[in-house]
Amino acid sequence: MWKCPVFLVTLAKNEALSLNIEPSLYTVKAVLILDNDGERLYAKYYDDTYPTVKEQKAFEKNIFNKTHRTDSEIALLEGLTVVYKSNIDLFFYVIGSSHENELMLMAVLNCLFDSLSQMLRYANICLKNVEKRALLENMEGLFLAVDEIVDGGVILESDPQQVVHRVALRGDDVPLTEQTVTQVRTTSLLYPSLCCGV
Amino acid sequence: MIKKFDKKDEESGSGSNPFQHLEKSAVLQEARIFNETPINPRRCLHILTKIIYLLNQGEHFGTTEATEAFFAMTRLFQSNDQTLRRMCYLTIKEMANISEDVIIVTSSLTKDMTGKEDVYRGPAIRALCRITDTTMLQAIERYMKQAIVDKVPSVSSSALVSSLHMVKMSYDVVKRWVNEAQEAASSDNIMVQYHALGLLYHLRKNDRLAVTKMLNKFTKSGLKSPFAYCMLIRIASKLLDETEGGHDSPLFDFIEGCLRNKNEMVVYEAASAIVHMPNCTARELAPAVSVLQLFCSSPKAALRYAAVRTLNKVAMKHPSAVTACNLDLENLITDSNRSIATLAITTLLKTGSESSVDRLMKQISSFVSEISDEFKVVVVQAISALCQKYPRKHSVMMNFLSNMLRDDGGFEYKRAIVDCIISIIEENPESKETGLAHLCEFIEDCEHTVLATKILHLLGKEGPRTPQPSKYIRFIFNRVVLESEAVRAAAVSALAKFGAQNDDLLPSVLVLMQRCMMDSDDEVRDRATFYMNVLQQKQKALNAAYIFNGLSVSIPGLEKSLHQYTLEPTEKPFDMKSVPLVTTPITEQKTEIAPVATSKLPEKLAPSRQDIYQEQLASIPEFQSLGPLFKSSDPVQLTEAETEYVVRCIKHTFARHMVFQFDCTNTLNDQLLQKVVVQMEPSEAYEVEHYIPALSLPYSQPGSCYTLIRLPDDDPTAVSCTFSCTMKYLVRDCDPNTGEPDDDGYDDEYVLEDLEETFALASVRTLDEAVNNIISFLGMQPCERSEKVPENKNSHVLFLAGVFRGGHDVLVRARLALADGVTMQVTVRSSEETVVDVILASVG
Repeated sequence: MWKCPVFLVTLAKNEALSLNIEPSLYTVKAVLILDNDGERLYAKYYDDTYPTVKEQKAFEKNIFNKTHRTDSEIALLEGLTVVYKSNIDLFFYVIGSSHENELMLMAVLNCLFDSLSQMLRYANICLKNVEKRALLENMEGLFLAVDEIVDGGVILESDPQQVVHRVALRGDDVPLTEQTVTQVRTTSLLYPSLCCGV
Repeated sequence: MIKKFDKKDEESGSGSNPFQHLEKSAVLQEARIFNETPINPRRCLHILTKIIYLLNQGEHFGTTEATEAFFAMTRLFQSNDQTLRRMCYLTIKEMANISEDVIIVTSSLTKDMTGKEDVYRGPAIRALCRITDTTMLQAIERYMKQAIVDKVPSVSSSALVSSLHMVKMSYDVVKRWVNEAQEAASSDNIMVQYHALGLLYHLRKNDRLAVTKMLNKFTKSGLKSPFAYCMLIRIASKLLDETEGGHDSPLFDFIEGCLRNKNEMVVYEAASAIVHMPNCTARELAPAVSVLQLFCSSPKAALRYAAVRTLNKVAMKHPSAVTACNLDLENLITDSNRSIATLAITTLLKTGSESSVDRLMKQISSFVSEISDEFKVVVVQAISALCQKYPRKHSVMMNFLSNMLRDDGGFEYKRAIVDCIISIIEENPESKETGLAHLCEFIEDCEHTVLATKILHLLGKEGPRTPQPSKYIRFIFNRVVLESEAVRAAAVSALAKFGAQNDDLLPSVLVLMQRCMMDSDDEVRDRATFYMNVLQQKQKALNAAYIFNGLSVSIPGLEKSLHQYTLEPTEKPFDMKSVPLVTTPITEQKTEIAPVATSKLPEKLAPSRQDIYQEQLASIPEFQSLGPLFKSSDPVQLTEAETEYVVRCIKHTFARHMVFQFDCTNTLNDQLLQKVVVQMEPSEAYEVEHYIPALSLPYSQPGSCYTLIRLPDDDPTAVSCTFSCTMKYLVRDCDPNTGEPDDDGYDDEYVLEDLEETFALASVRTLDEAVNNIISFLGMQPCERSEKVPENKNSHVLFLAGVFRGGHDVLVRARLALADGVTMQVTVRSSEETVVDVILASVG
């Protein structure tokens, strides 16, 4: 059982923050990706709910402990709404205030996951799935994708097609001759603009 | 190709994280290749990725090393590799707060944001705005305005969102972009619409008229973006809430209309908005509840969760509105998502019948250990509500609660359980003994000092009046032996209460006290010695004064008074009556009229409102001679909410004077008010002694002016009086943007509503209302929980206690009878005859 005094403090703080809701575009408090040991692969916090790295890691540990065994997609933790999704050896989390529209957070999570799976499918033709190894080989793609989806807590884009288009990530420069026909087709479907340039 | 090499290594290795063993110093060393010519985009990209990865892991970069890396990175702008450039933008954003002189990239970013490559423009705007301050913002203002109305959605969105981030910092500059934002709001792109709406609202939110206009426009034109719809619903419900208008307004119709939107996100937002509105009738709730009911059977867990969570909230206020969903909720009890199951059960507990309680409780105890503390608290709250509804079920509940108390759990969770048990004890006298027994068992092994002291306090209060007080003594004395100082001290106080009320226990208590006097802690010893001596006197009056009744003064107030007292050497002893009383409602035990009293003492350490006022008033030289502040009233609005100037009045009573404090706010941004005074024309014997003007009142900054009134000496009973108030001031027009005022101004005045003291029971229809009226009019504290009127009764007796100015204790008994209206018979007792007359005159 994981208990720590930090939890109490943050609980009270998050409650206080959530009072008196003002209509605002600031929807997302954090986006996290953890691996199957609960280690941070990516974490972006958009407000001061967890100001120090120590508090962030404690929060991530708590989240992971509460979510990694179940495959349900939503939970309330430390006064925050957490929507999540796991795939093979990765855990994706989007966190918002407990007063936030859960479906909005879900839209962000789905957009992140779908964008990544499209990008990775293109970048690693042999790896069809969003998994840790593929993700680590394309960290820059992940950084750019999150940057296109959420900006400072505001949802910037929710359509994965648009995100993939804007990230416009080039894969390894495999010469055209080495690609199979289907690859070229997927490529050109996904990146019409890029293929014209090749 | 470096990267290819890396890849081979990984494949031969365990395929683990290539970033795992990154050394910050090594990476920064590698970053030197940024300076090589020609630039190798692929290697540079890989190193930038490593740097961002390290930052993301929470690695600390020193200013010098960050600045060095940042400057090296700026050279990469020479490369035209798209991904590399994008990673440069990211690095700029990540390092904006760590590195120095980040503004040197301004020109490169400005070039990219106005360039031809659409892929660069959006991210460049976001990076640029991240490093820009107010002065620099004016230099790029022209570009920002163009970008907002750009036809490429990513550019427009980026510019709008960046503007929103900068509203906090440079409101005045961003405010000038309203027209561009307006144009962007009619864009075809759904995200641009959403961002433009958000920015427009943030710029206009202080101007209710503009917000209303904007809402009208967008609700009529119809937006495409579901996100924008959600935002509109939120704005509309906030506006409805503020205007407190009826629910027949077009705004409510708009929200209700959104229930039929084809996007689930919008439908849910609308339902949630309706549910959260105060004073919603069952008929207005019905459509919202029925869409939530549909969501309950959705395959998406998030949607089910959202629906049941919202239904749970509805059930708190309108359980009957949710009964229609009972069947759907039953299906969710076995949901694989435990959060959903818990919420479903707690909702059912609120809506279901008494007969289903046992079954539901059994169901919930099967998985209570699997759910998070937050939901356990929800469960406890549901039980607490249930106990009030079905008092007969208290034994089942008590059992369940005591099992929960034994389980693991955090402080919040345990506190919720203890509070729940305490409230059950208060509501049901017959559950008192079992409840106290459970609590006794709990403090035997309780790690939370706050809870242990709270329970000991309760035992001291309730224990002595149970049939067998002796059995609690063992639990209490165990604490003295085993616990920390704070708990030991609380245990000693509790023991003393047993000794004071039970003569046959007194000898044993005295023996125990004797032992406590040898405690290692000062406070415990002091308390034991004190109580020992009081108890040995065997005088009821002493016991009452020093053991049962604690201090009822405000603690920060006492501290201040004592400090003041020590500053001025004087022969007079310190007078406790000069200390302001606690303003929060507490019920005191008065031996004369209240043999039984239970109180919930709110722990309030922050200075109360009154303490703040006292400080404010003490800082004004004219008021220093008035003596200590006796009481401050609640603020009274003297204007309508939407007028040019908003004024509210707070009445401060001193021994011989009254001070009226007027908090004024100027809501006109083109005016500066100076020398603001509220002139008061009293109708009777009162005279105005002094006005203290508010020197300057700029737009939207509240200021206070004061009027000092001397209370008439000769006729102490003349307390009711009407004051007609007029605000007088010097107006200076000023530029709304800069706030720069013109040189000359003119005098003007503004008539405020009359301030009066009246009391009318004629208009009151129920006893509850009458009781509240009397309490707020007299400003006294109710005793013996007599402020609660039992249901279905035609008569009621209200007891009030208070202190009149000058420090005279007052007791009031009001007998109320409900006939056509409410009739009242008042009896007043006080140590001073005039006080009685004053109160009777004011009520009569």
